[in-house]
Amino acid sequence: MKGRLWYWLLAIPYVGTLWVPFYAKLTPPLFGIPFFYWYQILWIVIGSLITGLVLLITRRQGDG
Amino acid sequence: MASAFAVFVFFVAAVTVLGFLAARWGSRNLHALEEWALAGRGFGTIVSWFLLGGDLYTAYTFIAVPALVYGAGAIGFFAVPYTTIAYPFVFLVMTRFWSVASRRGYVTLADFVRDRYGDRWLEIAVAVTGFLGAMPYIALQLTGMQVIFVQFGARTPLAQDLALFVAFALLAAYTYTSGLRAPALIAFVKDVLIYATIAAAMAIIPARLGGWAHVFSASAAALAAHTPPGGLLLPHGLYFAYASLAFGSSLSLFLYPHSITSLLSARSKLVIQRNAALLPLYSILLALLALLGFCALAAGVDVGKNASLAVPLLLRAMFPGWLLGVAYSAIVIGALVPAAIMAIGSANLFASNVLREFHRERPSGETRQAKVLCIGVLVVGLLLVFFMPVPYAINFQLLGGAWMLQVVPAAAIGLFTRWFEPRALLVGWAAGMVAATLMGIASGFKTTFALGGLVGYLGLYALALNLAVAMILTFLFNALRIARLDDATAAADYA
Repeated sequence: MKGRLWYWLLAIPYVGTLWVPFYAKLTPPLFGIPFFYWYQILWIVIGSLITGLVLLITRRQGDG
Repeated sequence: MASAFAVFVFFVAAVTVLGFLAARWGSRNLHALEEWALAGRGFGTIVSWFLLGGDLYTAYTFIAVPALVYGAGAIGFFAVPYTTIAYPFVFLVMTRFWSVASRRGYVTLADFVRDRYGDRWLEIAVAVTGFLGAMPYIALQLTGMQVIFVQFGARTPLAQDLALFVAFALLAAYTYTSGLRAPALIAFVKDVLIYATIAAAMAIIPARLGGWAHVFSASAAALAAHTPPGGLLLPHGLYFAYASLAFGSSLSLFLYPHSITSLLSARSKLVIQRNAALLPLYSILLALLALLGFCALAAGVDVGKNASLAVPLLLRAMFPGWLLGVAYSAIVIGALVPAAIMAIGSANLFASNVLREFHRERPSGETRQAKVLCIGVLVVGLLLVFFMPVPYAINFQLLGGAWMLQVVPAAAIGLFTRWFEPRALLVGWAAGMVAATLMGIASGFKTTFALGGLVGYLGLYALALNLAVAMILTFLFNALRIARLDDATAAADYA
């Protein structure tokens, strides 16, 4: 993959957070927090990592 | 409560001093609009992070999100996916806006629309939308402060109004003097206080309530007893509402005047890109605050009819006095920071896009004009609080979000293509504004509307209509060979 294709990685958080049927359930809980809630908090972190990754790659390629 | 009040007075006094001192921070010519309103476009990654965090994650958000969770359960959590996916949008779209704005000296989103499409009415439409979006937001920040003043014993309306007026006068004075540098400097204090408050809340509250598992089981029981009943789990019929609220809100967040003002104060495109990766830390904070809504349910906090009290009362029940002072300071200062930026952003719209259109070049008195307008905007916000019942202000703010979405075709899509005809965009915008307003009224000022049985975010429905109208009219105008106006921007401006 090169150039602008990497930007498509930024679509992943949209799929992960907007496809509600995938996470609208209570189990398995984490530290007593139902799945619905910790799953979405986890996506904040994943989203941030993906954005950071795209930034690193595109700058290294001199495309950013 | 006395120790809480002492801590509170200390922090408010400290940020007021900071607000005035900010005028000397990297002090240059504060008579230039770019210096006063955008701090000379000189902020690096760290200052921008604090500023944007202080600007977007406001006191009102910190009160309203847990209040919604407290009242309805799962649906209130949509703020979390919303503030997750706002950042890919910033990374892809708003960085382009930063580039063209810094290259061509824009202060507002409407400046860009004017240059891009050469259409004065479209520019004014975008400016007016921004103003309508910001106004109730400022009012709600002031309302957020009022919630805390009541906790400190301002029981009578007169005492509340007086406290609010003092806060307002301080805010107006240092914003007038120091411009954007004031909220930027104060944002450091606010954010440190907020992070400390949340860390303490997470360490103390769930443990005292018997752990998260117990918090959620107690909440489930409490929510089931609400009318209408809420729950820990999103019902099937609200899946689309949830996703469309998150998606729609994520598109409009960075088009608000206060977001634009903060973005444009960044030194480089890289600063914004880095912040698109770093700002989600605030979203975690917001998510934890939303979870405090459940803690308030489990703790049996009695808010009466006002769910906004959920977090303030929970903290009051759980925190020792001095820590409560820190928490309440964080909320009040968390209202002062965005209120200042919103006032600056709205004033810029007036100075740069509405008044300026009557005389062609940047007037020499533009900065003074913007400063006076900034005070004017704050006064209007204060009057809204004094004379508009809070539920109306909330309705106005919810509609404001749907209205902000209607500038997406002209402003956000316009950053990538000029395919749309400006007059088609203007008619599409008007259709979207009217549709959003009508749906808002018809649904009794909820954010969602049942369109053909599908419950979704009404702002997004209005945007779909807006886009459809703009596309059809663009085809029509092209077929009629109506002459295009000039594009003052060049492809290289967007790099």
